[in-house]
Amino acid sequence: MPQQHGTGGEAHGSVKEYVTGLIFSILLTLVSFGLVLYSEMSPAVIMTIIIICAVAQLLVQGIFFLHMNGHSSQVWNVTSAIFIIFIILFVVVGTIWIFEHLSHNMLMGH
Amino acid sequence: MSNDAALNHEQRDDHRGHHDPADTTLFGFWVYIMSDCLLFATLFANFAVLSNSYGSGVEAKELFQVDFVFIETLLLLVSSFTFGMAMLGAHRKDMARMKKWLVITFFLGAGFLSMELYEFYHFAHEGATPQASAFWSAFYALVATHGLHVFVGLIWIITLSFHFKREGFSEKNMTRLACLSLFWHFLDIVWVCVFSFVYLGKAL
Repeated sequence: MPQQHGTGGEAHGSVKEYVTGLIFSILLTLVSFGLVLYSEMSPAVIMTIIIICAVAQLLVQGIFFLHMNGHSSQVWNVTSAIFIIFIILFVVVGTIWIFEHLSHNMLMGH
Repeated sequence: MSNDAALNHEQRDDHRGHHDPADTTLFGFWVYIMSDCLLFATLFANFAVLSNSYGSGVEAKELFQVDFVFIETLLLLVSSFTFGMAMLGAHRKDMARMKKWLVITFFLGAGFLSMELYEFYHFAHEGATPQASAFWSAFYALVATHGLHVFVGLIWIITLSFHFKREGFSEKNMTRLACLSLFWHFLDIVWVCVFSFVYLGKAL
């Protein structure tokens, strides 16, 4: 059993796991590109679906390619990943929020 | 009773801390990748803020070719999978199998990078240079940083293949390969955000 070999930090997958990850990733990618190329829906709806697909794909790749499966040996990997996800949200959402207000206020001055 | 449990716990931690230096290295590399995520996050935030600042220059919608980006995406996606296959080969100590998959991964990565460079050349030819507007500065900063990471990954694959030639499946080489595997999957994950928010978001 290769899974029991490592004491932490890393788990090896199986062929099945990688194939599943690849199929899910390609399907989600196809949905995103297909909507942009062929759909008549409003851009807001399409963008929402693209964001959902992107988040789903991040989860798929995290689980099937990086093997983040909540195994006890990975507790610090997962902890640091959750920490960094929060920091990323602060940085990205905070920046967009601040600059939206800034450009809004600049326009008001005109 | 509880004292016993605490002792047990301590022993286990101690065991884990000293048992395997390879795991410590791998965790250290994981922390580096997390900090690299932050680098990309700032570049994405920068892109989001400047995503409509074209000035009088050419706009993204006129230049982005979604089907071209789709092929690029497929190359990188499949390369992430083939790297996984190489990892499985390495865990079975099967040199021929690992080599085969690593070579495929290398060429998929090189194909991706060539397509990206061709795209940059095409954009610049149409007047979309990094100097053209704030949007294009942000675009090149973000996408080229990802491309640079892929380039480093390709060099790493080459150097690692020399390591494997010299030492075979030594413990050190396995750690190196595991680090590169994390790096390569991470590049794929960043690219998912790039094609979703940069290319598809702007092509709408």
